[in-house]
Parts: sequence; C-alpha cells; structure tokens
Amino acid sequence: MNFPILSSLILLPLIGTLFLLFSKDKDYQNTSTMKYVALFTSFVNFLISIYLWYLFDSSTSSFQFIEDKEWLKGFINYKVGIDGISILFIILTTFITSLCIISVNNSIKYRLRDFLIAILIMESLMIGVFCSLDLVIFYLFFEAGLIPMFLMIGIWGGARRVYSAFKFFLYTLLGSVLMLVAIISIYWMSGTTDIVQLYELGIDTKYQNLLWLAFFSSFAVKTPMWPVHTWLPDAHVEAPTAGSVILAAILLKMAGYGFIRFSLGLFPVASELFTPLVYTLSLIAIVYTSLVALMQEDMKKLIAYSSVAHMGFVTLGIFTITQQGIEGSIIQMISHGLISAALFLCVGVVYDRVHSRLIKTYGGLVSVMPKYSILFMLFTLAAIGLPGTSGFVGEFLILMGAFKDNFLVAAIASLGVIFAAAYMLWLYRRVIFGNLTNKNLLQIPDLDNSEKFILWCLAIPVLFFGFYPEPLINTIEISVKDLIEMYNFNLNMNMTEVKNNG
Amino acid sequence: MEITLLFLPLIASIISGFFGKYIGDRNSEIVTSLFVSISAILALILFYNVIFNHYENNIVVASWINSGTLNVNWSIKVDALSSVMLVVVTFISSLVHIYSIGYMSHDPHKTRFMAYLSLFTFAMLTLVTADNFLQLFFGWEGVGLCSYFLIGFWFKKDSANAAAIKAFVVNRVGDFGFALGIFLIFYLFGTVNYSEVFEQVPQIIDKKLLFLGIYIKAIDLICILLFIGAMGKSAQFFLHTWLPDAMEGPTPVSALIHAATMVTAGVFLVVRCSPIFEYSPLTLNIITIIGMTTAFFAATVALVQTDIKKIIAYSTCSQLGYMFFAAGVGAYNVAMFHLFTHAFFKALLFLGSGSVIHSFKEEQNINEMGAVYKKLPYTWILMIIGTLALTGFPFLSGFYSKEAIIEFAYLRGNTVGYYAVGVGIFTALLTSIYSWRLIFKTFHGSYNNKKLKIEQMQESPIVMLLPLIILSLGAIFAGFLFKDLFIGHGGENHFWGESIKFLNPLSTEHPPLWIVLTTPILVILSIPISYYLFVKNKEIPNWFANSNKPIYNFLVNKWYFDELYNVIFVQFSKKIGLYFWKVFDVKIIDRFGPDGISSLIKNLSIKASKFQTGFIYQYAFMILLGFSALLTFLILN
Repeated sequence: MNFPILSSLILLPLIGTLFLLFSKDKDYQNTSTMKYVALFTSFVNFLISIYLWYLFDSSTSSFQFIEDKEWLKGFINYKVGIDGISILFIILTTFITSLCIISVNNSIKYRLRDFLIAILIMESLMIGVFCSLDLVIFYLFFEAGLIPMFLMIGIWGGARRVYSAFKFFLYTLLGSVLMLVAIISIYWMSGTTDIVQLYELGIDTKYQNLLWLAFFSSFAVKTPMWPVHTWLPDAHVEAPTAGSVILAAILLKMAGYGFIRFSLGLFPVASELFTPLVYTLSLIAIVYTSLVALMQEDMKKLIAYSSVAHMGFVTLGIFTITQQGIEGSIIQMISHGLISAALFLCVGVVYDRVHSRLIKTYGGLVSVMPKYSILFMLFTLAAIGLPGTSGFVGEFLILMGAFKDNFLVAAIASLGVIFAAAYMLWLYRRVIFGNLTNKNLLQIPDLDNSEKFILWCLAIPVLFFGFYPEPLINTIEISVKDLIEMYNFNLNMNMTEVKNNG
Repeated sequence: MEITLLFLPLIASIISGFFGKYIGDRNSEIVTSLFVSISAILALILFYNVIFNHYENNIVVASWINSGTLNVNWSIKVDALSSVMLVVVTFISSLVHIYSIGYMSHDPHKTRFMAYLSLFTFAMLTLVTADNFLQLFFGWEGVGLCSYFLIGFWFKKDSANAAAIKAFVVNRVGDFGFALGIFLIFYLFGTVNYSEVFEQVPQIIDKKLLFLGIYIKAIDLICILLFIGAMGKSAQFFLHTWLPDAMEGPTPVSALIHAATMVTAGVFLVVRCSPIFEYSPLTLNIITIIGMTTAFFAATVALVQTDIKKIIAYSTCSQLGYMFFAAGVGAYNVAMFHLFTHAFFKALLFLGSGSVIHSFKEEQNINEMGAVYKKLPYTWILMIIGTLALTGFPFLSGFYSKEAIIEFAYLRGNTVGYYAVGVGIFTALLTSIYSWRLIFKTFHGSYNNKKLKIEQMQESPIVMLLPLIILSLGAIFAGFLFKDLFIGHGGENHFWGESIKFLNPLSTEHPPLWIVLTTPILVILSIPISYYLFVKNKEIPNWFANSNKPIYNFLVNKWYFDELYNVIFVQFSKKIGLYFWKVFDVKIIDRFGPDGISSLIKNLSIKASKFQTGFIYQYAFMILLGFSALLTFLILN
C-alpha cells in the first residue's frame, strides 16, 4: 500500500479548513456554501474511511497501512497505522462528524465559519488519536483535541459556558500532564516511543505501576470515571448540540481506546494489579451516576450522567481481559457513540424550538411531534440496552465477560441495567407522554427533513448492529484475541521471572 | 413453513405501523388480523404434525452474535413444547386481533394498536421458538417492550404511563436475575444453546460455587436465577405488583398479553429448562412454595377488589401460581396443560369483561353494574362459561387441569407437596367465590349505574362476540380433548418426547378418592353460597368487612405491597440519587476538586501579589530577611 490513506484521512479536513478560511464570515449569504464545503470534506472523509474498512484485512492483528516518516531526527517518528481496534473508531469519527455538520443548521447563530473549522480540526485530531503508533504523536493529537472542544464550549456555549469550558480544560489537562511525564520516562527507559517496538520490548515491571497510574489519571478523566466525572455534565449542558455530540460520541472514546491500546498493551502486570481498582470505580460509576441521573431536571445533564454510567460498563469490560469483555467494550463504545449522539441531537431538536432543556418545560410532545417521538423512543430503548439494539450486544458481552471474572461484579453492574430503564423511561414519559400543558409547545413543528435524515442515519446502524453485529465483531475479533494472548503471555513471563528470582 | 409462521406477524406489524396511514385503518386491521390468522392456521398444522408424526425441526435463520466461544444463532426450534405455545399464542392472538377491530372502533390510533399487537405476537413467537437462551432473552425483552407500549397505549393518562414504566422496571428486576442466570450458564457450560447445555447438566451436578463467602451448588444457583426471571414475567409473589396495574391498557391487551401469553412465558421457561430444574430439588421446592403463595395471595386480594379487570388480573396471577406449583412438584406437563386451558378461559373472561366495559361505556367498577344479564345475554352466557371453566366446574377445561395439579402435588408425596394440596384446594374455593362474586355483581342484583340508563345498554357487535364464542368452545372442550395428549397416564408420555425431562417418571398411581372429589364438590357448592352472599343477602359480606376492618383493609390494599415497595425502592432511590448529586458531586467532589483547586490557586495568587507592594523599604526588608536566613543556614551547616 503506497498511497498514504491514513495521512490523507488526517489531512483532508485540514484542507477543508483552508478553504473555509478564505470565505468571508461577515455576510450571511455564504453560510450555505460554507456548510457545503465542510460537509463535502467530511463526507469524502467518511467515504475514504469506509473504503479503508473495505481494504482492511481482518484476518491479522498486526498493524496495517503503516506510514513511518522521520519527524524529529532520531527521536520521534511520525508513525501511523491501524488494527482492528482502531478502524471502527475512525469510521465512527468520520460518520459522526458528517452528521454534526449537517446538524449545525439551527443551533449555531453566529461565527458559523469558525465553528465549522473547529469541527473539522477536531475530526483531524481525533482520527490522528486513533491511528497514531507513536506515544508522542498520540499525546499531541490527544491533547490538541482539547482546544477545539474548549473553544466550542467557550464560544458557542450556554450561559455558564466559561466556567464549564475552564473546568473541562483544567480537569483534562491536569490528568494528561502526568501522561506526558510517563511518556518521557518511557522514552528514557526504552529509547523509543514507537508503540510497535514497545509492544515487543515490554516495559520493566518495576516501573509499570507508576506509569500505569500516570496513564490512568489521564484516561480516567477523559472516560470519565468516578470521581473525576463532574466536568462532563457541566460541559454537556453548556456545549452547543454539535459540541455535545462530538464530546459524547468521540472524545470520550479516546480514553477507552487508550485503556485498550496502552494500559493493557504496555503495562499488563500493572493492569492485573489495578483491575480491582478499575472494577470498583466502574461499579461506583454505574450505580452512583445512574441514581444521580434519575433525579436530574435538565435533559442534557441526565443524558450526560447516563453517559458516565455507560462508560463505566466500558471500563469494566476492558479490564475483564476476556474476549467477550473487550469486544463488548468496543461495541459498547461504538454503540454509545451512536446512541448518545442521537440522544443529544434529540434534545437539541426541542431545544432549538423551545430554548429550554428543563424536563418540566415539556410533556405531551407526542401529540405535536409524532415522528420525533418515535425516533426518541428508539434511542431511549437503545440506551436501556434492549435486545435488538446495538446497546444490548455491547452491554451483554461486557457483563458476560465480567461474570467469567467475578460474579459479584457482574451482579452489581447488572443493577445498572435496571436503573437505566428507570431513568430513561421516566425521562421519556415526562417529555413525550402525558397531556400537553405548556402552551408554547402547541405550535412547534415536527422534525424537518435534515433532522429526520440525521436521526435515521443514526437509528439504522443502531438497529442493524443490534440484529447483526457480525461486521463489527469480525473486524475486532483477531486483534482482541491477540491482544489478550500477548497480555497473558507477558503476565506469565513476569510470573516465572518473579518465581525464578524469588 | 415455520419461517412464514414466524415472520407474518412481523410483516403485518410493519405494514400497519409504518404504512398504516397510507392504507387506512380498516385495511391495517384486515392485514394484521389476516396475517396472524394465517400464522394460527400454520401453527395448527404444525401442531397436528407434531402430534401424529412426532415432527421436530430446528431451523437456523441467521447467525447473531459470535464472540470468542460464544456462538448464538437466530433460529426456530419446533418440538412438542414450542408447538403447544405456538398454537396458544397465534390462536389467541388472532382472535384478539379480530376482537380489537370492534373494541377499538372509536380509537383514533387503530393502526398503531394493531401494529403493536402483531409485533407482540412476533416477539412472543421468537421467544417460544428459541433454541438458545439469548434468543429467548431477546423475545423475553421484546414482549416486555410491547407490553410497555400497550399498557401505556393511552399515553395521555398519567396512570397508564406510570403503570407502563412500573411493568417495565419490575420486569427488569426479573430480567436481572435471568441475565445473571444466562451468564452463569455460559460460564459453566461455555455455550447458551439449549441442547448443548442440557447435555452437560449431569456433569456439573456436584459443582459448587463460592458466592458471597458461602458455597452454593452451581445448579441451584442457575435455577434460582432463571426462576427470578420467570417470577418477574409471570408476576409471581414479590414481583407481581406490575400485573394489576397493567390493566390500564386496553382490554384486548390484557387478554392477550396479561392473561394468555406473555405472563405464561415464565412457566414456559421453567418447563423448557426442565432438564436443569430436575437436578435442583431445592429450587423446585422454592418454586412450589412461591407458586402456591402467589395462588393464595392473589385469590384473597381478588375477593375484595371492585375493578372488574383487576379481579381477573389477580385471578390470572393466582392461576399462574398454580402453574408454577405444578412445575415445582415436577409435573411440567400438567403445568403446560393448565397453561393451555387457562389461555382459553382467561382470554374469554377478559374479552368478556371487555365486552361488558364496552357496553357500560368504559365503566370498570362492578359496584356500578348489575342486573344486565337480559341486556347482554351473549356476554352473560359466555362469561359464565369462562367462570365455570376457571373455577374447575366438572368436565370443563379448567376442571381437568386443576384436578391434575392437585393430584400430582399429592402424589409427589413430600411435605411441600401435601402443603400445596391444602393450599391448592382452599384457593380453588376462593377462586370460585370471587369469580361468582364478579358474575353476580356484574349481571345480577340491582342496576347501580348512575351515568347510563339501563335502556341504553347494548350488546357488543358480532365482531367482538365471535372470538368469544370460539374461545368458549375452547374453554369447554380443550380440557376434555387434550387431556390424554398432555397428561395421559400411559406409562411414558409420547407426546412431549425430548422436550420435557422427567428424572423420575411421574407417578401413575391414582390418588385417594377424597382428593379427587373435594375440589369439584367445593366448587359446585360455592355457586349457591356466592349467589346468597352477593345477590340475596348482601348484608353478610358487608357485616364481615366491617367487623374485620384490619383484614379487609389489608386485602383491599393488596397486602400493602405497593406502599412498601414505594418506600423501600422508589423513594429510597430518589433520595439517595438526590443526595449523591447535590451533596456528593456538588459539595464534595466539585468543592474540593476543581473549584477548590482553582479557588486555592486564586487565593494564593492574591496573597502572592500582595508582596508586590511597590515600596522600596519593604523589598529591602525582604532582601535583608532572606539574606540573614541564608546566612544562618550556611553558618549552621
């Protein structure tokens, strides 16, 4: 493969950005042109990523489409490549970005050009995160992703946008600084930051614990895990719809991806040691945030808290180190990407019309917005994890994997499934069902064509992968299997070493 | 053929749900009813094949989830057990579809209603034809979902919405157990396919698991977990609270979902898993005890309810209890037989009560009815047939199945069995009393409705009566006709084949005569007694209620389960959720976390900036101070 397909995926949105920079933002004549430019860029990117999936060879776990260029001589190489785990996230990114650009129609009232640029840059960076094969490159993409998000919240956000933006930024930056320290020390120990080489070299057991914790502090904040989750509800509440969608659907997935790629891949001994910690935090996240979600009065906050709970399932599944658990986690991340995106868009739809996120403003929407009600119901059920939706496949596999490891953990995590039903259905009931009491709601129109299109675009994969998750599972199967084998191999090596020494 | 059978209701549902507004209400009704009826005919053909040719088949439609060693297919398994369920489901469903055309004639959302009904039928069919636990779970949740939609069908009614959520969430509690059971099965056997699991069961009988510090037999744990799922779906004691509330849905729904089919899924699960349950005597005893407790509890509550549908709902609950205790004493075929007969007479009773409610213009309180048997002659007769069958009046269908349950419980020959016989007979008496109370208060005595004049009463249209008549034939003859097939004594039972496992063959002895005779005699005697109590001399029940207020209130309030659960679970969760949010998240994490750090830094910076006063003498003083400190340090070293 000579054509640098991954680099073009990363660069293409930037080229789109370049075109946007040349357009004038002053007169509003240009808005549709700008949107088409952005949309065209992201859509082409989406097509390329699908083509990439088509080219992708799922029968091997080694990295494919590798590009390796010298960047800082003898120090850092620009190295990208993908395996079965990363490709799905890339497609998720390009897919969600395209939909986001379609959705900015109503919600962004000013500085549309800048907003589109932020989204496109975000797309580049996220793709970069998922395909970088060098720790430094990964870190750069990972951290740079904060900036467009910070701007999205800070500029186009709601009333408390500045507070939320800073909270978001500080929280995530604080975690990541430690990761940077860890990356530097890895370089001093191993002489390379190339992930493929590091996989082969392994990392000295003595330092694994500290390094693991440093990476963990960064990923835990991004996931977010309890107790560092409080930035997420605030960020979501203030972010514009498209921002929330990108945040929930893609940004949070970087952490889950990081756990699989780095925590498990590089530090197996430490991962084994800290598994109880991750289990505990995940379980607390699932139960605690589900209960908190139950009592929320703000729709976006409720969905944000439910995201924390769903990501709790993800971290739980990853650290079961079982085929079902990790595959479940990846599928859960993809499906949560689709479902949470859809739910935030659903909130955005009514927010654009009524300008309120409070649940009590609504009620009885089914009589004025029947189409909206159907789609919202579908995503509600998917969030609950009903069989036949992708949410079920992920959750069920995770719990199955967790069960293999620990009965009690699986039992407590399953409680989350009950709570999810309670808070989502209660939300739905209060917003959609009942009598229409608020007079302002009488006149609001049902979904327009672009809204319908976006939501159906999300609904179809949710249903399709619910009934037929094979395409996803086939893609990740070998990579996950080899990851687990490598993990266990390293662990056993270490065990024998310890035995020999002791 | 099986595929056609299964997918016709789904297609019907899609047509009615998505294209209903293009093809019109009437066409949607026709399409859905017709498709489901075709399914019913196919099911009958299949049933015929199974009976006479021992037909069995397992069709793999597509693969579903393949992850590691977990391989799950979409499949259609046809054997004796599933063929019985297929007949019950499609047959009752098609009648309910037809009935709904009349019952829902004034509703603006007919197409949506028909779509839900057909979708439910499809989900129920996937449930019964599963060849693995995961597809069973799919169907299980699918029927739960349709039940949620249909209970909350009148979405403007707050009570209906509340009931729908309650049904879904309570069922989720059961599903929680069920899912854990599936995980455990996968953990122990490495597969979730019935045949592979059932084969391996004997190998793990003695395996023990450490659970919360105690060793428990793996097989017991599996069975208990699966049974928790069954309890949720079949509204057994502790998880029954959703079923009476589910009566908020339209009456045809109650007949189809909350009487004949969905609620029996729990019984089906236990029977389907008989190869596992047979090895767990502990769980079987638990099932018997829960079953008879439910039977008794629901019957006592039904005695004092005044809502016609709630009485029948509690009656359903009670009859499901009977089915479970039949399964618990190891008489799985008898449980299936009662399930089969019950479907006919309970659907008949529900649809009959629907006819009454329809005639009374949505009135459901039996105290507001009475004396209309001349006005609603067909409904009256059909309801009486249903009641006779339910109470176990000799030679109607309920008689055979209920007798068999009590007999087999007796023949089981252990303490739990004898206990069950006692409760079973007593509950049969209660059943008879509350059922006749319903009939007499609804159709006899004096006319009590203030809103409607008795002259305005009209019999329901033929489209509603026809299904009732067909069901009444089932209620009369199903027991007599299928008795030998389901529970025949001829040594080993040929019909069930491999689908039900009996570790020890069921006893073929005959129980003593008094066991056989007690129930029918009580049942017959209770008719004149009830007539006397509820028509002739109403003072006695009133006097009894007044003089035993605490007991009466206890029953009227359904043993205070709702209140108890509300305090323990609902209010508690809300309080703790609020506490976590307002106190933990805001006051602790945020205050000491990000906000704390940022305000700390801010304060420190303010303090630090105070050093920069701009006065030279202060700077000089600081330099002096620093210099002397440094000097001291150096000298001391």
